[in-house]
Amino acid sequence: MGMAAESQFHVLAVDDSIIDRKLIERLLKTSSYQVTTVDSGSKALEFLGLHEDDTTNPSTPCVSPNNHQEVEVNLVITDYCMPGMTGYDLLKKIKESSSLRDIPVVIMSSENVPSRISRCLEEGAEEFFLKPVRLSDLNKLRPHLMKTKSKDQHQKQEKQEEKSAFQSPKQQQQEKEEHQQQQQASNNKRKAIEEGLSPERTRPRYNGITTVV
Amino acid sequence: MDVVKLQKQLVDYRASLYHEAFLDEQFTQLQELQDENNPDFVVEVVSLFFEDSERLLNELAKALEQQSIDFKRVDAHVHQLKGSSSSIGAQRVQKVCITFRNYCEEQNVEGCLKCLQQVKHEYSLVKTKLETMFKILAAGGSIPM
Repeated sequence: MGMAAESQFHVLAVDDSIIDRKLIERLLKTSSYQVTTVDSGSKALEFLGLHEDDTTNPSTPCVSPNNHQEVEVNLVITDYCMPGMTGYDLLKKIKESSSLRDIPVVIMSSENVPSRISRCLEEGAEEFFLKPVRLSDLNKLRPHLMKTKSKDQHQKQEKQEEKSAFQSPKQQQQEKEEHQQQQQASNNKRKAIEEGLSPERTRPRYNGITTVV
Repeated sequence: MDVVKLQKQLVDYRASLYHEAFLDEQFTQLQELQDENNPDFVVEVVSLFFEDSERLLNELAKALEQQSIDFKRVDAHVHQLKGSSSSIGAQRVQKVCITFRNYCEEQNVEGCLKCLQQVKHEYSLVKTKLETMFKILAAGGSIPM
């Protein structure tokens, strides 16, 4: 496999609202991602090749006739509030699965609840987007997807380490995101939750920038 | 009607929708997602919104008619309506939903019934406005970006 073209990133979008599914699909396609949308957490797990009660299966679940393991999913973006399995439940299941845990997961929610956001981030979500999601939010996905790709490409990783001898990859990523954030000053209102959060997670505006709201 | 007049009519009409808060910047975002490859995107999303909202308004009316009202159920429907109106930029509908949810939390029947009327009203207003706008579009106006 040569240089991965952007269109090869495959995103699985999960949302019970048909309007939001249409919206996220368009947003993702506009950003050149391949998209599959499903309307529930259980359908998402099915698509990913995992069954609800199957959290420790390390390899191919041989029971399912729909083994989707060949369909690679590079990122899961899910709504938080869904009937049945919430986005948080889905996140947990993915992170508990040895075959799926490396897939980056992003949570979306219409509600700005700091405790909800930190809970998701602590459980391993890469980002938390407030709805309605914008194209500018999707730009934040790229670093997470590139990270996954470079895991298989040692060369790329070495290059990064060379370039940033003094920085941890996370700091690097933070700076990248910070730069993007500065360009989106008008979106401040959407990030009202950050003030109380631990600086460890990827909420990159902590380096002295206080003009959040 | 000549195209220039139509264009002006469309621009003015659209401006008034924003001015009166029927629509907010999210609607602009939708328009920006439309292009030659997806020329009907806005109409499609808005049509989904109409269908979904009408379903939810029916469910709400039913739920509030019950002898013993299930406020959790009512709240769940309002939450959905709030979400979808926010996704297309129907600001006034969204605002009523916020108040509606507060009444649900308080288990205030009167408040809920009032809000149901209000949200139905706001919904029908924005629906008419959007349909009018689409008519102008169909007649040959286009939305300058």
